[in-house]
Amino acid sequence: MIADRKPMEGAGIAELVIEFRDVQYRLPNGTPLLSGLNLQINGGETLVLLGRSGSGKTTTLKLINRLLVPAGGDVRVNGSSTAAMDVIALRRSIGYVIQDVGLFPHFTVERNVALLPRIEGWPSEKIQNRIAELLQLVGLEKGLGSRYPHELSGGQRQRVGVARALAADPAILLMDEPFGALDAITRDELQREFLALQQRLHKTVVFVTHDLREALRLGSRIALMEAGRLIALLSPDEFLRSNDARIAAYVEAFAGGCDLLASRGGR
Amino acid sequence: MNLLHFFSENRQQILELTLEHLWLVGISTLLAACIGIPLGILSARWPAWNKPVLGTANIIQTIPSLALFGFLLPVPWLGDRADRLAILALTLYALLPIIRNTYTGIRGVDPAVVEAGRGMGLTANQLLFQVELPLASSVIVSGIRIAVVISVGLATIAAAIGAGGLGEFIFRGLAMVSNQLILAGAIPAAVLALAADFALGWLERRLRPR
Repeated sequence: MIADRKPMEGAGIAELVIEFRDVQYRLPNGTPLLSGLNLQINGGETLVLLGRSGSGKTTTLKLINRLLVPAGGDVRVNGSSTAAMDVIALRRSIGYVIQDVGLFPHFTVERNVALLPRIEGWPSEKIQNRIAELLQLVGLEKGLGSRYPHELSGGQRQRVGVARALAADPAILLMDEPFGALDAITRDELQREFLALQQRLHKTVVFVTHDLREALRLGSRIALMEAGRLIALLSPDEFLRSNDARIAAYVEAFAGGCDLLASRGGR
Repeated sequence: MNLLHFFSENRQQILELTLEHLWLVGISTLLAACIGIPLGILSARWPAWNKPVLGTANIIQTIPSLALFGFLLPVPWLGDRADRLAILALTLYALLPIIRNTYTGIRGVDPAVVEAGRGMGLTANQLLFQVELPLASSVIVSGIRIAVVISVGLATIAAAIGAGGLGEFIFRGLAMVSNQLILAGAIPAAVLALAADFALGWLERRLRPR
């Protein structure tokens, strides 16, 4: 068994934030997408869910904020079962970033970022300060605040998406292939900024990707999924050194022999 | 007597009947929007509503207008006044485009936007009023636009049951074989339809999300 439960070195005293206990998920027509998932995610770590399309990584992510409801087992956040929690409160305590960004096209950047604080009834001065703080945090000029999403570049849009997810200062951040649709240079830039951001914020991040380089670069642990099952849970170093045939197969299939270690130079 | 001369001589009555026409169309469209938009929202939200709602609106649409006016004539309170009857019939006809476009508009909102909204913890109502309806508004207005243009034409037939409007000229003109009278009804009706089409088309473009 490769899956190890040891907390990462350097992560301090790891507290359990998200836990999957024998979780099953089936489509309405009965097709199983996820079976027997056991996974523990610690506070402050970046757990990467890695796998091919259809391996169940996005499903796993959506079970955390209950966009999907498990058919069996228990998904727990901060020690309580999500089934027993108010789903709106749960989602508001978790930032959510998706590949297509999903910015509200009829809102300016500022309104996109401020939507949740406004709904939560923050005083307007606090909202204004928060917007300025967030735009700076994700590396956007202040002047962009009054623009509409269609006036932004792909990289800028994704930055706004991250700012919006961070607006109410959630302790958990779910990111579903957030940089997948960007060109290589922008992706590299955003990955670098993500690492810097995570060093400052120490969010508990669950990050979905099929990109091995991205997983190695950003993850503190990598959960490799295949056909709805978790098949390995390792640190990036262990992942590269692993002799497991399935890991080797993924590495080979993805990389085709390109220099993987070089991609970690930015860490 | 040429047409212009006829128009200027009868401008008082043309204006009166045009306003009456406008009133029939305006009230019925308003009613149809008040009924149709919520029905469209319901069928977008719960797919089980979709078939019965759109199906009923579709069937209504297939009833010939003259027959519908006739059917409604014996209904107690309605039959008392022809304009009530005409407004009800016009409302029923205006429902289909409004329901269908509301449904299509909401369903057409980018799924990524809806998912982001749900994922960040918007309630169903917040999602509807802050995201889905604003983004669907141009499609909904386009449905209202279609409804109005159809109603302006249909309302001329309401004169057959004595509900007034520009159809009065047309029916009188048909009876008297007077092209001038027919045109006195048809031309203002066409102008009304074009004006409504233009104005609502402008609104539709303004509301279209980029």
